[in-house]
Amino acid sequence: MASFQLTDKIKNFSLPPGLIGPVLITAIVVAAHLSFGILDGWQKFAIALAAACVTEAVLHKFVTGKWRNLSSAYISGNSAGILVRSPMLWPFALCAAISIASKYVFRYKGTHIWNPTNFGIVVMLLIASDSMAVLSIQWGSNMWAMAMIWLVGFFVISKVKLFHICAVYMVSFFAFAWIRSVYTGGMFLAEVAPITGPMYQLFVLFMITDPKTTVSTKNGRMLVAFLIALVEMFFRLGEAVYAPFYALFIVGPIALIIDKLWQERKAKSLSKSASVAR
Amino acid sequence: MNKEVQKKIAVTLIFLILVSIPFGMKKYEELTSDSFDADMEMAMERYGFFLEEVTQSIGVGFVHRRATVDEKLHHILPQISSVGASVTIVDFNNNGLNDIFLTNSEFGEKNALYKNLGDGTFIDVAQEMGIADLNIPGLGASMGAIWGDYNNSGYEDLFLYRWGKPELFRNENGHGFTRVTEEAGLPDHINANTAIWLDYNRNGYLDLFIGGYYHEDVNLFDLSSTHMMPDSYEFATNGGLNYLFENQGDGTFIDVSEKVGLHVSRRWTLASAAADINDSGFPDIILANDYGVDEIFINRNGEYFFNTGQEAGLGFIPKSGMSVAIGDVMNQNNFAIYITNISEAGVLMQGNNLWVPTRQRSGDIPRFRNVAGNMGVEIGEWGYGGQFIDLNNNGNLDLYVANGYVSDEPDTDYWYDYARVVGGNRAVIIDANNWPPMNNRTFSGYQTNKIWLNDGAGRFREVARSVGGDLNLDSRSVAYADLFGTGAMDLIVANQNQPVVIYRNHVTPDHNWIGFKLEGTKSNRSAIGATVILHRNGTTTRKFVSGGDAFSSQSQRAVHFGLGNEESIRSVEIRWPSGTVQTIDGLELNHYHKIIEATE
Repeated sequence: MASFQLTDKIKNFSLPPGLIGPVLITAIVVAAHLSFGILDGWQKFAIALAAACVTEAVLHKFVTGKWRNLSSAYISGNSAGILVRSPMLWPFALCAAISIASKYVFRYKGTHIWNPTNFGIVVMLLIASDSMAVLSIQWGSNMWAMAMIWLVGFFVISKVKLFHICAVYMVSFFAFAWIRSVYTGGMFLAEVAPITGPMYQLFVLFMITDPKTTVSTKNGRMLVAFLIALVEMFFRLGEAVYAPFYALFIVGPIALIIDKLWQERKAKSLSKSASVAR
Repeated sequence: MNKEVQKKIAVTLIFLILVSIPFGMKKYEELTSDSFDADMEMAMERYGFFLEEVTQSIGVGFVHRRATVDEKLHHILPQISSVGASVTIVDFNNNGLNDIFLTNSEFGEKNALYKNLGDGTFIDVAQEMGIADLNIPGLGASMGAIWGDYNNSGYEDLFLYRWGKPELFRNENGHGFTRVTEEAGLPDHINANTAIWLDYNRNGYLDLFIGGYYHEDVNLFDLSSTHMMPDSYEFATNGGLNYLFENQGDGTFIDVSEKVGLHVSRRWTLASAAADINDSGFPDIILANDYGVDEIFINRNGEYFFNTGQEAGLGFIPKSGMSVAIGDVMNQNNFAIYITNISEAGVLMQGNNLWVPTRQRSGDIPRFRNVAGNMGVEIGEWGYGGQFIDLNNNGNLDLYVANGYVSDEPDTDYWYDYARVVGGNRAVIIDANNWPPMNNRTFSGYQTNKIWLNDGAGRFREVARSVGGDLNLDSRSVAYADLFGTGAMDLIVANQNQPVVIYRNHVTPDHNWIGFKLEGTKSNRSAIGATVILHRNGTTTRKFVSGGDAFSSQSQRAVHFGLGNEESIRSVEIRWPSGTVQTIDGLELNHYHKIIEATE
């Protein structure tokens, strides 16, 4: 009887949606660091995490007068802690702080328009490239570990019904990789190599699927994923090492603003037709 | 103004302050920097030394040529053949003067032995000595050399390592060299980029450590498969084996690598050094590994080595280890370890490591802490040889760090293509065919070497431009030696596919110094591994006799200490490899003192 209850509990167990992201990223960080030592050190990681949470808490309290749930800051801090590569401590803290602060500065119709970590990383590359880089090399040489992270990631993403974004982006990436290889005469494998690394795992699983900075419709999200891959192709042809971050930096907010305008127009036209009908 | 707008302005201000932090830091650095264009008078006054480039004027016209490997690798030749320019210092004819040996790598190109004529000029005698023509198809391309008296004859013998067959040459009383590779029993093929002499079992004969880079089954000149690149950028497991050849005392060596525990990993070893870092009396081995973590092999009573990189604190974060230097950087009578890595703005920021010993210790395993950032010697560029040298004889070890990978067509860059492949999975990165062609592109090229001056209070200051050492060739190996008998450490920098550069070091006459030329009796005659502890007035500092270190280099054999304005020393203590401890006092300054190991 007891074991039946336990099985039942396990079957019925589901994480609150707000915790899925933090739990997934924590699992990836812990597993990858214990296996391969992906972090530059726990100290640097902790500083990124702390800077993100403190900035979020302080700014949110200052702006709204209320304390807020820190799960989104926790994800941003994790991402900054993994993605920033620097022998110094301050770039970790600064990237996390800029990421969070951007949410309170660049807003359109009540919501922020950049994925915070994407914004933080791109700005850091512009202002502090002589002190930091971004994780661009692989975690270990074990194909199975990489495959496992993708599988777990996709499973979780599909639970929150955002897998279509990842799928469209991945398919587009491979298609554009083929086009690039034809255009440049380079090896197809060299073109697709980056997607087998951890930078893309974070990019695909956390950045382009960030619910706060994705558009409202499924078709729209798929179109945006395709456009990110398209713009990335041009950055890659220009030999930008961090092409996906730049592509999302450009496409993400434009798409969001267009989406907001379109929604507004749609709402207006709906209310207009409703008033005409009345 | 309403409250919401005020808040918006305040948040925007906070954001602007955050993004201006790096700019502010750079401005502050610029304002506090006292760098100036090379000026001998100013440099001597402010820093106590000045480097004068004298290569051609002293008769040295050596140019390194890189090896041409199998045509399957020609699309990435500059990065495959990115090493081989090495410099070592030897007094091959025992005339008391430091001579210079330089390796070349292209088949048909000759190595050079520049004999010091004692009048400030040098002449290449490698051909007549029989050690010039050593880059031969079928035998391999020279990568470096080390000198040590393996047969205790009183003359320094030459060990040359290649991508190919390693070679041992016996010194015939300074009149020539005889190839004794076969009778010594050395293997047929190692893709070596580092080797050191050490007497690991303290039996009085020098043993030979050789570090493998590419897998020993790979023949870079006749490739059977292109699957010979690292299988990971940070966790590679397919490098060459490391070897220890034990000197039998009769001119032969036996391979004891497996027995002593050196075959525990297959990392891509690029540099090595040996010193007694835990005061056990036995030399330990420190390895800088490319594509992975660095390693410390603690010598357990001359019986076996225990790999303790992680426990010692330096084997956890994988980087691209390129060079190992050992020195008492804080004058605390212990050894710190400096390992260069790769830093390229915006792409890869590994930072160099300066590992200083802490008070923590686990049995015979010392614990190290990386203080490179705190001391200001972290951010180099694409680092190679990093050497501790007291350049101004003030008693503090300074750092010379060679930088620069491949300087080719200006305003071109291979980093994007490189980053694509090294970010890929094992299946991609391991196959050279997947590496995009370099097409004459520059790859971390035209970088300037660093000269970091130690202020003795825990900070280093970069002074290369001001002291005349502004060199932006593709430097690899760096050695120091008193070439002109002035008591100053001159610099010899070997550059890949480029000419060697020699600097004469002018040091302020206000600074005193003392040097020791050691000769073992019970210990190996070269005294390699001896620790020299100098008891100064107020501080105690130590150095050791090196059998090769940094990147593919070996500096002068005589141990040299700068003393600043000190007029005397208390005593010098010599811990010979045999275990004998000898203390001498009343030594005159500004001289080299010959000290023979006490037999009683």
